[in-house]
Amino acid sequence: MMKRLTFFGLLATLLLPSLAFAKKLNVVTSTTDLAALTQEVGGDRINVESIAKGYQDPHFVEAKPSFLLKLRNADLLVSVGLDLEIGWLPPLITQSGNGRIQRGANGYLDASQFAEILEIPQGTVTRAEGDVHPLGNPHYWLDPDNGRRLAKGIAGKLGELDPGDSSYFQQRVADFDKRLSEAEKRWDAQMLPYHGRKVVTYHRSWPNFAKHFGLDVVGYVEPRPGIPPTPSHTLDLINLMKRENVKVMLIEPYFDLKTPNSVASQTGAKVLVMTPSVGGEKGVDDYFKLFDYDLNLLKQAFDSTK
Amino acid sequence: MRKHLALCVLLVAPAAFAQGTSPNAATNENAALEQKIRDMEDRIVALEGQVRMLKAQPGSAAPVAGGTSTQPAAAAATPSPTSTEAQAAAQAAPQEPVRLGGAGTAAAKALNPDISMIGDFIATTGQNRVVSAPVMEMHESELGVQAIIDPYARGDFFLSFGEEGVNLEEGFITFTALPGGIVAKAGKMRSAFGKVNTLHNHVLPWIDRPVVSGNLVGGEDGIDDAGFSVTRILPAPKGLFLEGTGQLFRGDSSDVFKSSQRSDVSVVGHLRGYGDISESTNLDLGISYARGHNDFGSSFTTSLYGIDATLRYKPLRRAIYKSFVGRGEFIWSQRQQPGAAACLPGACPLGVAPNFQRAFGFYTSADYQFARRWFVGGRIDRSDRARDARITDDGTSIVLTYWPSEFAQVRGQYRFTRYGAPISTLSPTGKEDANELLMQIQFSLGAHGAHPF
Repeated sequence: MMKRLTFFGLLATLLLPSLAFAKKLNVVTSTTDLAALTQEVGGDRINVESIAKGYQDPHFVEAKPSFLLKLRNADLLVSVGLDLEIGWLPPLITQSGNGRIQRGANGYLDASQFAEILEIPQGTVTRAEGDVHPLGNPHYWLDPDNGRRLAKGIAGKLGELDPGDSSYFQQRVADFDKRLSEAEKRWDAQMLPYHGRKVVTYHRSWPNFAKHFGLDVVGYVEPRPGIPPTPSHTLDLINLMKRENVKVMLIEPYFDLKTPNSVASQTGAKVLVMTPSVGGEKGVDDYFKLFDYDLNLLKQAFDSTK
Repeated sequence: MRKHLALCVLLVAPAAFAQGTSPNAATNENAALEQKIRDMEDRIVALEGQVRMLKAQPGSAAPVAGGTSTQPAAAAATPSPTSTEAQAAAQAAPQEPVRLGGAGTAAAKALNPDISMIGDFIATTGQNRVVSAPVMEMHESELGVQAIIDPYARGDFFLSFGEEGVNLEEGFITFTALPGGIVAKAGKMRSAFGKVNTLHNHVLPWIDRPVVSGNLVGGEDGIDDAGFSVTRILPAPKGLFLEGTGQLFRGDSSDVFKSSQRSDVSVVGHLRGYGDISESTNLDLGISYARGHNDFGSSFTTSLYGIDATLRYKPLRRAIYKSFVGRGEFIWSQRQQPGAAACLPGACPLGVAPNFQRAFGFYTSADYQFARRWFVGGRIDRSDRARDARITDDGTSIVLTYWPSEFAQVRGQYRFTRYGAPISTLSPTGKEDANELLMQIQFSLGAHGAHPF
């Protein structure tokens, strides 16, 4: 009898930790921002990994087979949607051999459904407008209000996949909401003196950010989304910046600085390499630090170019 | 006057009293109001998202396309809609539906598969007396029709139009939700033999295909046949990606395999190993095998063996400006042909040597992206001919590519080919040289799905 009890005790000791380990949801996200938000609400009950790096252009990620190793064991795949990942995520999903994360399956989550989407084209859309996103601008995570909505949506999905931890996820999202609201007050106060300041950006990555923090984006280094700068457009941009007295240019870390620097030298503007994603710069390793980093850069730039 | 003054005091006093006595209450009220507005904003955004998702679902697209039933559709999907929410949803829906390229509404797009057309125009100049190509041709127009069929499968069709005639390049169903991590395909498809054989023309880094593809693996069409394919990621040490593919085909592929009876099926196997050397550099290795019957009948078989290697470099921070790809494929062909007695002059086709033919060929290439729109590359070719392994062709190419945008490219290629020809009809030296300049314009219309890495 004692031997049996010892055997079952040993079995339970061996199995219980593995069961607890197996319970952890494996989440893969397309970008680091979604991974950061998922980590905020998932805590220690999930494992989360991002496919793209924060300093990488999320439009042009190579669909490497090593990503399939992550995807084949995923319980949940969270994507930005709005065709941001159309060039690389669909073949990865198809090749993963994982039925749980196929589009339409319960483990596939298009996070764009939770966010406020800007720049949804009205009327006819053609490639004459460049690499336009017919469903709206996919860089929506750069508004903290959308960050809160995304966190709530992701928490809901995590609870659906792991009902036993649903209350844990809701508790985490409430805590995140509270911390984000406090940070938002601080960020809003920091940017209040600069409301209405005119800026130029390289790509259309910042509409949600600009809307939230009251910036006025008057022009772009790209003549059309996804189309590299041309001499004639650059000349037009210089004239526009001089006319509108634009003194700050926001550039993503994956774009070449040659044209922005040339424009800046002729307009007296300051070139800011802002990170649009968590992990885009050293130390920017969560959603809060993303805004801390970018807003500090902006504040310094606005102060020095009054 | 006193009456008026008393009235003013009566009106102002309560407000002044309220302000003066309960500032905390007012602050709390403001905070509550702010929270309420924020909650309402969130609910509106959530409803907008639901409307977008509903419009993207094929099942709900038809009512939306009608243009009048957006509101009920959105409301029906909301768990407990209030009239405010329903109104918000109605307001959230764009007044004018999105039209894509003027082809229809967003709802119609949601119902239809992704449709694309890729044009491939080639102009050739110079001299080549062995393989002739027209001075200008609309070489290929590839129509792609792709969609998710249901939660378990997707379908892909690629129809290749020449200037005359059409060919089903690929048309297959992929079962994506099979147990055990298996991905299966059925239909007509490019086989998994090596690297170049799997690639469509428009994703090649050159205008033409390597000489070894033409001599040993069926040329432009390659091993492209109707059948089944099963792929699975295999267990491997951490950080290493290992994938096995097994394919069974009818046995008809260009001039490589020919099925004379139903049992003349062909098989293809491919084992792929991949590893990230760093986040910017990776190495992709593969070994391939193919076997089928050839055009001399059911008693004659052709076996192919291949090794492929690809080294890629792309720094992630500058991924759109700089990259390097080095490739190489080495292919061995073993082809059974009639013996000398049966293959007397006139009995066998021209260029066919008697008996068992063992041929070998390879190409190596390098492509370097030196600016966002510019690529330069080169390729070295050498290959025996499958039907007469005594003849060896060599070639060298230099390629320059310019991308005006993601959706168009202009390419120039200088190609030198030295055809080996022991029969002295071509030139006194037994060799025939060809110097050619090729120019290509490729352009893409519509949503062409990304191809596997």
